[in-house]
Amino acid sequence: MAIDVLAEILTNRALSADYNVVEFAAPELARLAQPGQFVMVKTSPGGDPLLRRPYSIFEILRDANGRPSGLSILNKYVGAGSALIYAATPGHRLSLLGPLGTPWPAAEPGPARGSAPAEHWMVAGGVGLAPFVTLAETLAAAKRKTTLFYGGRSAGDLYFAGLFGDLGVDVILTTEDGSRGERGRVTAPLDRALADRGPTAVTLYACGPTPMMRAVAALGAAHHCRTFVSLEQVMGCGMGGCYSCVVRVDDGHDPHFVRSCLEGPVFDASRIVWDALVH
Amino acid sequence: MTTRDLSVRIGSLSLKNPVIAASGCFGYGLEYAKSLDIARLGAVVSKGLFMKPREGHPPPRIVETPSGMLNAIGLQGIGVHRFVAEKLPELRRLGVTTIVNVCGTTIDEYCEVSRVLSDADGVAALELNISCPNIKEGGIQFGCSLTGTYDVVSAVRKATSLPIIPKLTPNVTDVASFARASEEGGADAISLVNTFLAMAIDVETRRPKLSNGMGGLSGPAIRPIAVRMVYECHQAVKLPIIGMGGIGSVEDVLEFMIAGAAAVQIGTAAFVDPFIWDKLTAGLSSYMERHNLARVTDITGSLRTDA
Repeated sequence: MAIDVLAEILTNRALSADYNVVEFAAPELARLAQPGQFVMVKTSPGGDPLLRRPYSIFEILRDANGRPSGLSILNKYVGAGSALIYAATPGHRLSLLGPLGTPWPAAEPGPARGSAPAEHWMVAGGVGLAPFVTLAETLAAAKRKTTLFYGGRSAGDLYFAGLFGDLGVDVILTTEDGSRGERGRVTAPLDRALADRGPTAVTLYACGPTPMMRAVAALGAAHHCRTFVSLEQVMGCGMGGCYSCVVRVDDGHDPHFVRSCLEGPVFDASRIVWDALVH
Repeated sequence: MTTRDLSVRIGSLSLKNPVIAASGCFGYGLEYAKSLDIARLGAVVSKGLFMKPREGHPPPRIVETPSGMLNAIGLQGIGVHRFVAEKLPELRRLGVTTIVNVCGTTIDEYCEVSRVLSDADGVAALELNISCPNIKEGGIQFGCSLTGTYDVVSAVRKATSLPIIPKLTPNVTDVASFARASEEGGADAISLVNTFLAMAIDVETRRPKLSNGMGGLSGPAIRPIAVRMVYECHQAVKLPIIGMGGIGSVEDVLEFMIAGAAAVQIGTAAFVDPFIWDKLTAGLSSYMERHNLARVTDITGSLRTDA
């Protein structure tokens, strides 16, 4: 079930010249949300831009008693809608439609005791960190051993590593320019860790640039790990009405388009026809 | 407050109110049923259906433009048989007034889809899609030719007793002549406008922004043209008109109705606000109260042109 709330902007914290985090007061949405779901944000109260923009729910905010009171989104300034979110003014209200989409599988009732995978490894690139805080919280609550492989172009693309550390997540950082963590792509330490893990069963979760997710999916397949990806597609409505956000999947019979707002944004990576995905 | 009658009749089709979800903009309706009571809508028009499933165009399928959007979905759909088996029973159970958007690559296919839907339980009317700009064969080929329009409408007329509503394209010189061709073919009503054929280009890559190259423009950008076309058709035919094109507020609904629409469809605006329906019907009631109108039908065609 989705609801539309006119949510007050509580804070807007700039992280850099193009990244920021906006917190909204939205208790009902926060109560309904499951890890990995998204909201459609009306970035302007008027008609420009016309359409909403999809944002992963970054953090669930809680009041002094631990009750869900709101949510935040992690924004990267790339166009007209994200420019407005970058400049969002606390005290103003924006319409949030959600929670939408299929959550991370770890949020569903777990398999029988003893049959759960032993470790959960998250792989994030840049703003692809957004759906992982809620997943990490769920995994921490379930006392699962969790690692975050987190890569960016430079140190300025990496935020909130400490937040994951506080949740008990092992954090492995990479930057392409070597300004923080290991120099190179995030898939390099992932590949080594998969090769070195021995008999440990690992579930992989990836979100970031399409080539990164594709590489993670390939590593997951090569190492026989269940792999989930959270895809970001251009969306019109977020509700299944417009058929804009389709992703080509192959379940072993005819490949076909499915709506990423309903069947996704989280997909089993083995279903994705990567060559058909728009970068 | 006295009761304001929002019900309208479109030929033999009765609607509880004149606000309808447009085809291709509201899935099969059921996508929204968990979040709102879709039986409260005047009607839901399904996605366009052919005899067989269609997979549609590769993404990117939409691009936003000033006060509007282009789409080239390519009529992805499950086909009429799966619709009847998988969607219609639930729509019927929910009490939804269901209009089905009928597509075809040939006149025979329009008739065959219409026959299948006539034999099913729970279809209130058929909207004939002779106006989708995004597929190569069928559809708009008929809608851009007066004889093609007449031939499809008159053939489907013989194939079904359900109300038939040709959906007209604005991509013609004189839309009123297509309204007349629809009337002569035996239509019960007409709906207009479908989207305007349009294009957007990425100047860095020098490629079209849509995979299909061109697409259909919808949203507030087209509204004044659509109002003009509804007005022209209202002058030309006696058929009830279902107006659409960039409607997003009760003022917009009223503008179309005053121009001659008996009912309206909402498309792009429902992407932005899927809960828009009750807001529009409440706004209509409020307008009727302010203007002391008992029936919403009193608004239709009430344009004043006197000095």
